[in-house]
Amino acid sequence: MAFESFSAFIAMEGHGPYVWTCYAVFAVLLIGLMVQSYRHHRAVTSACKRRYQQQKSTVGNRPKPAATFTRVEVSQD
Amino acid sequence: MWQFFHKLGSPKWFFGIATRFMPWLLAAGAILLMAGVVWGLAFAPKDYLQGNSYRIIFIHVPTAFLAQSIYIMMAFAAVVTLVWRMKLADVFVKSVAPVGLIFTFLSLFTGAVWGKPTWGTWWVWDARLTSMLILLFLYGGAIALDRAINDEKSAARAVAVLVLVGVVNIPIIQYSVEWWNTLHQPSTFKLTEKPSMPAEMWVPLLLSVLGLYCLFGWLACVRMKTEILMREQKTRWVRELIMAERG
Repeated sequence: MAFESFSAFIAMEGHGPYVWTCYAVFAVLLIGLMVQSYRHHRAVTSACKRRYQQQKSTVGNRPKPAATFTRVEVSQD
Repeated sequence: MWQFFHKLGSPKWFFGIATRFMPWLLAAGAILLMAGVVWGLAFAPKDYLQGNSYRIIFIHVPTAFLAQSIYIMMAFAAVVTLVWRMKLADVFVKSVAPVGLIFTFLSLFTGAVWGKPTWGTWWVWDARLTSMLILLFLYGGAIALDRAINDEKSAARAVAVLVLVGVVNIPIIQYSVEWWNTLHQPSTFKLTEKPSMPAEMWVPLLLSVLGLYCLFGWLACVRMKTEILMREQKTRWVRELIMAERG
């Protein structure tokens, strides 16, 4: 251990604010980036899944037409 | 050989490999980085000249190192995009550019905060700091250019050209501390020489560099997988893969 006490570790002989600011910003940005990337991946995955399930249900349950109508051109003369 | 090359370019193959490697990368990265940082903060000896402020090095050097090597990797991928039109290379460039941007910002920020107690100033317009700032703008430019062009293929080519033009900046960053007078100290690690620091200082530094490399690998995998999903969601293999997943 390079420090005698915990308070000496925090103070770092006056350099504490500089050192801890750096480490805090580093931790926040790195963890933030990792969490954001992971969440975005989950969101895209579940959006795809929802769309596929929707497509599946619309393709499977589409009601068959009861009758078909055909337009017949009848000449009037 | 060529078969391997084609496989490497296949998003489906990459997706499987990435999924398999990701837990290992995350675990190794977290452990190595934590070990390096804790060792560096609490156990490494004090620097006789700079005192305790030098402990910033354990995050400053890893982020600066990654910032440059991510750019070099992007440049290789850019060549592959332009010459072989490989989809995966463009996915890589697009996915890692924001990571490079954040690492470059972090290295500039930690450098500035380190500079204040050491040099007495937050910022000087010298070669190392300015070329690093240009790297930040190159990352920003690549991201902005990609977003500005709607067509996927033209965006890929434009970004690749920009990334390749910017490669000229990398040797400038590398040699700036030797070519010009600067406040910045010379590199800690050189390929040909032993580090100028005692082992209790450079071993934790090496650990945190390796740890951040692994975490970058993890980030690249997640972000590339997301990008592949968005691009290939109409294909059958993505459909089958996602429908087979639990939850």
